[in-house]
Amino acid sequence: MTPPDYVIDVRDLRKDFGTRRVVDGLTLRVPKGEVCGFLGANGSGKTTTIRMLCGLLAPDGGSGTCLGLDILRDAPLIRRQVGYMTQRFSLYEDLTVSENLDLVAGLYELPDAPAAVADIMDRMGLRDRAGQLAGQLSGGWKQRLALTACVLHRPHLLLLDEPTAGVDVKARRAFWDLIHDLAGGGLTVLVSTHYMDEAERCARIVYLAGGRIVIQGSAAEVVGRVGLVTFEGTGVPIEDAARRIRAAPGVEAATVLGRVLHIAGMDRALLDAAMAGYGAGLTWREVDPRLEDVFIHLLDEEEPPR
Amino acid sequence: MTAFSLRRLRALLRKEWLQVKRDPMTLRLIVALPVMQLLIFGYAINSNPHDLPTGVLMAQPSTYERTVVAALRNSGYYRVRTLSSEREAEEGIAQGKLLFVVNVPPGFDRRVDRGESPAILIDTDGTDPTAIGYATAALGGLTDVLARDLPPVRRAATATTAPFRFVVHTRYNPEQLTVLNVVPGLICVVLMMSTLMLTTLAITRERERGTMENLLAMPVRPIEVMLAKIAPYVGIGYLQVLIILLVAVGLLHLPIHGSIVLLFAVLGLFIASNLALGITYSTLAANQMQAQQMAQFTMLPFMLLSGFVFPFQGMPRWARVVGEIMPTTHAMRIVRGVLLKGNGLAEILPELWPIALFTGCTVVIAVRFYRETLD
Repeated sequence: MTPPDYVIDVRDLRKDFGTRRVVDGLTLRVPKGEVCGFLGANGSGKTTTIRMLCGLLAPDGGSGTCLGLDILRDAPLIRRQVGYMTQRFSLYEDLTVSENLDLVAGLYELPDAPAAVADIMDRMGLRDRAGQLAGQLSGGWKQRLALTACVLHRPHLLLLDEPTAGVDVKARRAFWDLIHDLAGGGLTVLVSTHYMDEAERCARIVYLAGGRIVIQGSAAEVVGRVGLVTFEGTGVPIEDAARRIRAAPGVEAATVLGRVLHIAGMDRALLDAAMAGYGAGLTWREVDPRLEDVFIHLLDEEEPPR
Repeated sequence: MTAFSLRRLRALLRKEWLQVKRDPMTLRLIVALPVMQLLIFGYAINSNPHDLPTGVLMAQPSTYERTVVAALRNSGYYRVRTLSSEREAEEGIAQGKLLFVVNVPPGFDRRVDRGESPAILIDTDGTDPTAIGYATAALGGLTDVLARDLPPVRRAATATTAPFRFVVHTRYNPEQLTVLNVVPGLICVVLMMSTLMLTTLAITRERERGTMENLLAMPVRPIEVMLAKIAPYVGIGYLQVLIILLVAVGLLHLPIHGSIVLLFAVLGLFIASNLALGITYSTLAANQMQAQQMAQFTMLPFMLLSGFVFPFQGMPRWARVVGEIMPTTHAMRIVRGVLLKGNGLAEILPELWPIALFTGCTVVIAVRFYRETLD
């Protein structure tokens, strides 16, 4: 039996699309109440894993439980207790906000559906837009409506697939505040994202590449474990320096951030040499690696730059 | 999770209905399309052609013949010219230059005078039955008129018999379709075309818009999704039937001999069969384009093999077998039977169960192939 405190507990999940293996032996445990961030390049298997967890795709191999229910056998039961937010807006654009929520309430056969819908609209701040067609909402409000629709039936697990793609910063922040509110109430959340600031808000980061988990842990753990060295240089002409130093051995990334040149690499000695040889004229200081540096590094490891 | 929930079905029904309501353009098309089709088809087929090329063959000069020819000409349907030989007549009709050949038998005058009621044989080109339908039908009236114009018959014993008879021999196509036959058929064809299209896109649309993924992630059963998608369109189908009947009766002068209530009740099943077929295509097809092509691919045989275009009995055996499977064939017989013959439920029952069977089978296929996962 699964210990009850693991909401997701899957081993060696595999999924093939034709001859292409999309998820390749994925093992994942998520404890109750955790906000777990799913990261990785496009096509790394994030969406496919999420779809297998909620029973929308049948795994070709592996086993495990989701909310203590077998993911192979009990998919319909899992669906009742999971809130799944698709990557693409998948509510009905020709229905209003409240009509969409009424539909969801009806499909989950919620007791006293009208009250439940009214209540959730108040909590999620959708009351003023109840009568608006979903298709006419802005991106941020659409995401909020989609999140509302998938928490309406009080699920124990939220699976959010790139919920904030294409949404402005303010709306993203508001969205994440909502996610943390929900997690505070004991809800477990698995959320995939490409945004670093969002990854930093997750208690745990799971980085996927080629359908496997490459690294996981808290943001600090991930950064520490990779052991990347980063420096910042200031001075002029910064763009020229960036172009030169990018070609130096041992420099994995050289990025201009406003007036600062940010470089990263694994080998301190090579970086020192590069700064002395190609970055002369700039003033350098060592800085803490950012999560973004770590992910660029991981992405490059997968697919070395040409 | 229960196998079927009225609560869930109700939620889906409301959603489907709202979506139909929010799409006024489609609604308008749904109303306008059948009317347009019916009028175009109806008038094209119903057009009552006049001045049809007609040749007269006389075995020997005859005085009464002139009266007959004048009467044919006056009816407006015949453009008469005299033919010189049998060969000319044969060639004319074979090449389609003549639609009618009127054969006045030898000794016509004498036999009319004797009250023998001789026959005037009229050969017709049956390849275009609707073209000659009205003209042929008008012959009956002509006989009565001529009975007055021709000299009174001498022998009292034959006073009640007509002075002569027209015997129509339809060539090439012995089973003659009449216009009355065409309009009820049209009702079925038009209804089939529009209702089949309605649900054909129903599920592929959800798939392409991405809403299917969300629907699948929620606890719904396939049968609930199907029923909810079919239901609003049954109502719309009925609206179409009503419009079609109004146009058919009002503009195309279709008589109604049977019970309209019965017809409505029965057509509901026919509508449902088309919707079910549409939804099956929708589950089988990968995208809207494919679904649409499947539907169009179906419409042609449904129309051609149902007895609408070709007389059913004239088709080869395999075509009749295929025709018997299709709901349109049976619906057409039902509509013709109820409207033209005044048939009741007992008479149409044999045509009803095949439609029900077809509907049932299609729904089963649709439910079977409806994927509850995205695989």
